[in-house]
Amino acid sequence: MTSQELLDSLRKLSGPKLQNKAEFRGETTYTISANDLREIAKLCRDDLSFDYLIDITSIDHFGEKPRFEIVYELYSMTIAVHLRLKLKVGEAEQVDTLSDIWPTANWHEREIYDMMGIKFKGHPDLRRILMWDGYPFFPLRKEFPLEGLPSEMLDVAFTKSAPLEGGPFVTQPSTAITKFREPRARPPRLM
Amino acid sequence: MAEQRATAYDSKIEGNVIFTRLDAAFNWIRKNSLWPMPMGLACCAIELMATAASRFDIARFGAEVMRFSPRQCDVMIVAGTVTYKMALAVKRIYEQMPEPKWVIAMGACASTGGMYRSYAVLQGIDQLLPVDVYISGCPPRPEALLAGLMKLQEKISREKSFAAQKPELISKLGEITA
Repeated sequence: MTSQELLDSLRKLSGPKLQNKAEFRGETTYTISANDLREIAKLCRDDLSFDYLIDITSIDHFGEKPRFEIVYELYSMTIAVHLRLKLKVGEAEQVDTLSDIWPTANWHEREIYDMMGIKFKGHPDLRRILMWDGYPFFPLRKEFPLEGLPSEMLDVAFTKSAPLEGGPFVTQPSTAITKFREPRARPPRLM
Repeated sequence: MAEQRATAYDSKIEGNVIFTRLDAAFNWIRKNSLWPMPMGLACCAIELMATAASRFDIARFGAEVMRFSPRQCDVMIVAGTVTYKMALAVKRIYEQMPEPKWVIAMGACASTGGMYRSYAVLQGIDQLLPVDVYISGCPPRPEALLAGLMKLQEKISREKSFAAQKPELISKLGEITA
């Protein structure tokens, strides 16, 4: 089977559930709905030889609804083809876990829960993975400041805001390229 | 024939007796036999290992006995980024070290948080521990660590060790002589 045949058979088996096809440098991306996630994931693993879940990432579209987006990166070791699945998640919604389909999803989902606060339904062990249990914030959310917020958990950990002082990078929301969106804070004599 | 005269110094133990201050003796012993606690947390730990290895050879300064038990150490070298998650563990290890003890903050991260102006990183280990020597660099070269160690040795040689160790005895002596 070639990679094109593989993607065609995916299209054939779950056609209407795959939306917004996008191709970039030979990698195919589909948007799916959260309800179809487990069904499509099982199909991809069992019937379509996507035996490797490379990564799961999450995006915070702050100000939009639904707010979050989760991206699954699948790879077939046998046929060497990438497949990217995206789905939108609202702030209070939960997503089905994939940790029983690809065991690697266990820690990826814990990381997403830790950093973004998205919960995964049916996850066997949904604890924080990088920050400590009891830390009150989700640091990768857009409204969380880079310098952090103060918190206190006796005998476990504490945090304070870091002295950012306007730099080294100041991100301004805009559509401009990074150079203008993140000007370096420099002493005026160097500008 | 020249007359031979016995003097007070012409004894069998001449040459084996040294007169010094107690503090100077204490400090001389302490500063030349520092036992480091290698608190390696990031890339500074690589330079710390290089310092211990043959090319730079921290043994030349008497500090080669890296112990991985805090109970056998007297100088903690905090080498690397101290995250908030690690911070209290570092403090607990420091508290397990016996007195007298010193702390070297090695590198930018341990001294100030370095480039990590972030929610996850403690902005300098001096917020938790009393730091004796700060070493700049990211990471500092082994020579810089050795220079920091020598600075610490200078600092130790100025300490009032005996008074710090036996405060009751000192106050009692003060009462007797007064």
